[in-house]
Amino acid sequence: MKLTLKIWRQENPTATGAIHTYELDGVSKDMSFLEMLDLLNEQLVTSGEEPVAFDSDCREGICGMCSLMINGEAHGPEVTTTCQLHMRSFNDGDTITIEPWRAEPFPVLKDLVVDRSAFDRIIQAGGYISANTGSAPEANSVPAPRDKAMRAFNVATCIGCGACVAACPNGSASLFMGAKITHLGELPQGQPERWSRVVDMVGQHDHEGFGGCTNIGECASACPKEIPLDVISQLNKDLRTALKNGH
Amino acid sequence: MAAGTHYLPGLTPTNEPSVQKSDDAAGFYELGEKLVDDKAPTGPIEERWTTRKFENRLVNPANRRKLDIIIVGTGLAGGAAAATLGEAGYNVKSFCYQDSPRRAHSIAAQGGINAAKNYKEDGDSTYRLFYDTVKGGDYRSRESNVYRLASESANIIDQCVAQGVPFARDYGGLLDNRSFGGVQVSRTFYARGQTGQQLLLGAYQAMERQVAAGTVEAFTRHEMLELIVVDGKARGIVARDMVTGDIETHLADVVVLASGGYGNVFYLSTNAMGSNVTAAWRAHRKGAYMANPCYTQIHPTCIPVTGAHQSKLTLMSESLRNDGRIWVPKRVEDCEKDPRQIAEDDRDYFLERIYPSFGNLVPRDIASRAAKYMCDEGRGVGPEIEELQPDGTTKKVRRGVYLDFKDAIERLGKHGVEEKYDNLLDMYERITGENPYEVPMRIYPAVHYVMGGLWVNYELQSNIEGLFVTGEANFSDHGANRLGASALMQGLADGYFVLPNTIREYLADGPFEKVDENDPAVVEALTSVKERVAKFLSIQGTRSVESYHKELGAIMWEYCGMERTEEGLKLAIQKIRDLRADFWTNVKVLGASDNINQDLEKAGRVADFLELGELMCIDALNRRESCGGHFRAESQTEDGEALRHDDEFAYVAAWEWGGDSNDGGQPVLHKEDLIYTAIEMKQRSYK
Repeated sequence: MKLTLKIWRQENPTATGAIHTYELDGVSKDMSFLEMLDLLNEQLVTSGEEPVAFDSDCREGICGMCSLMINGEAHGPEVTTTCQLHMRSFNDGDTITIEPWRAEPFPVLKDLVVDRSAFDRIIQAGGYISANTGSAPEANSVPAPRDKAMRAFNVATCIGCGACVAACPNGSASLFMGAKITHLGELPQGQPERWSRVVDMVGQHDHEGFGGCTNIGECASACPKEIPLDVISQLNKDLRTALKNGH
Repeated sequence: MAAGTHYLPGLTPTNEPSVQKSDDAAGFYELGEKLVDDKAPTGPIEERWTTRKFENRLVNPANRRKLDIIIVGTGLAGGAAAATLGEAGYNVKSFCYQDSPRRAHSIAAQGGINAAKNYKEDGDSTYRLFYDTVKGGDYRSRESNVYRLASESANIIDQCVAQGVPFARDYGGLLDNRSFGGVQVSRTFYARGQTGQQLLLGAYQAMERQVAAGTVEAFTRHEMLELIVVDGKARGIVARDMVTGDIETHLADVVVLASGGYGNVFYLSTNAMGSNVTAAWRAHRKGAYMANPCYTQIHPTCIPVTGAHQSKLTLMSESLRNDGRIWVPKRVEDCEKDPRQIAEDDRDYFLERIYPSFGNLVPRDIASRAAKYMCDEGRGVGPEIEELQPDGTTKKVRRGVYLDFKDAIERLGKHGVEEKYDNLLDMYERITGENPYEVPMRIYPAVHYVMGGLWVNYELQSNIEGLFVTGEANFSDHGANRLGASALMQGLADGYFVLPNTIREYLADGPFEKVDENDPAVVEALTSVKERVAKFLSIQGTRSVESYHKELGAIMWEYCGMERTEEGLKLAIQKIRDLRADFWTNVKVLGASDNINQDLEKAGRVADFLELGELMCIDALNRRESCGGHFRAESQTEDGEALRHDDEFAYVAAWEWGGDSNDGGQPVLHKEDLIYTAIEMKQRSYK
């Protein structure tokens, strides 16, 4: 396959970026999208141009390190991560536009690499259960209803990639937050901190400059792990209850 | 009795110290003095760890906040340790090269975590988990360490459940288990096929809670590039801020390396792209011994290579072997055919044929090697891949065998198979573009985990004082082969329960005198890193970093992969030396050092792999026996099975850095005898 790539290049966080166009030949349909970029980078190094910086680590769709807006869609046209997107989803002769995540709380560091540390700070604000090492009771002493445990698991599969924020016209991280609130809120162990958790996490979310949710649903359709939109309902319900009770 | 038995008063060893007769690696190394773990515990095996926890001194809470701990790596071992030591009130500085601690590669573990809870009342116990792990490791691990691991396993599950890890549960709301990795009890706890992710998020959240509490400071996008040793003690690290390019000095009272394994020395592996040996290797060059570096686990069920563009390999959980049947065509001329057109009589279910009693469920190393032999015979399937041959030429070979669910679909129905394996089969289809419900899957072994790592004593302290090593980065618990669902167990045992109880014995001597930033050792470390970074950018040769990594990987895979020979390893050592010499004169790294520069990051990692690879080959060359993941063609039974030589090699090979061989240096081998008292060594048989 032969492709035309239009890629956002930006030297550093303060530099002005621009779209650069590259022609790339010899792309195989069995390559992953990131292997296609590896091929481009090999060519760039050979021709003496600095390779395109982009994030990736596990390349099996679980670490959440990879990102990329591909033709305007977070992680591209399939419901998966960029690293698991393969070139068979494209055609010979295609033009592909590749940009970094676009959201104010995710500033560009270089080329396609953004800073997502705001997500860590949201977790620091309350995305945990306080259980010091050694203080745990015997694991089976507290049964957890199977359906609730399964829902907790399903939403705990969030990989923290930030696609939800990149896809949202408001730049909201409500899906990311809702997934954590729901995961911990469905389990008996998560109850003691349930109300302070939601208040503190939402406070940090707003402080970071993420936008509010207006129920558009782009986040859930862009999510590579298919976190359902109803976690945001859970988030709002918990927030309402918490505020009503003076948390 | 000879060395190694002095610490076992009143106990009866079940083996004699080994005496090596062969010397295949003569000329490649120097023999050093024997090594003794002077922190090894005494007494009956079930009391050793309990006694040690009591005997190790405590650190007054008021003193803890005066003690600084650096932890490199945020996987299960590093993340759990950062959380636990932060909770205890120490000052922790945590480092990771990723953009968040949550991304460490522990996250990719699929299958599960072992624990001797005996919830199934199927005869499990701490002793049985200990026994299975030592046997699975082919009797090349320390019994005291493994027993401790087994005894902490149940506590891990309690801790993780309390953190909100959503393990699978049965209808009564209690925890479910599955069996795993060929053992006969059901002791594996799991969260569908994403157990590593859920455990890591538990540790990550606990660690972030301590960041908020101010006891842990997280340095993300930071890569450790040097260890600082002052007066013989580890006192800090030099790290590069991967965003600004600043090269920083971080000082502390103790340094913990939890930096993972080095499988990426093979270029293609199931490791993450960034997984590397640099933190461990820099420590090795500063004097820390590297133990059993040749012990590599090659996992049988991975998605095969499709072409030269391949950047990594993806594991498919071993659980697929419970229902899938593995085969290749009987005739070479059938290998290009659509597998559905190959008649039942023309298929060779080779594992079932060679190992009638275990069939498709033989241990990982055996299944991997059998698949290799089929492909070597020319009966592999899938695309032809150009690869290096033992004589140094290249040849096109098909590297794949079928894993067929046809019988399982007939027996369980399509729905039944979906319920058990859906996420795995989906992942396969996404990567290969083939539907495994219709066409048999193709699989091939890939490098997955390394059992070797930095040498540590029972306290997890390396031979450099004040340097502790945990998780996959150390060598201690898995011997020559790791059982399924045991990596997660070891990472969390080290991080939550072992290290916090051993590091306090070291820290009880503190508070220590602070190290000055201008101390000559600190300045030397900082300067050496700056010079090295400048060197990479100044060579401006003709070859990319990536091309060196690929070439090294091809050498390692061919000569130090699933089957190793004296001749091949010697050839590999020479090839690696030549490649390394070329790298340092001809590598091309573009860009600047004061910015994100991913090629520059990679250059440092590949430079270290080019040294590690040689040591792995020397270790493999010296060990003229087959054990676990290490198979020497010269040491096999008449049937072609692995043959151990306990009389010669029941020891840990701990290597001391002796300088770059291209400058005339040679590594020094220190042997630590493995003496068992609670278990007897036996040859494995799976026929």
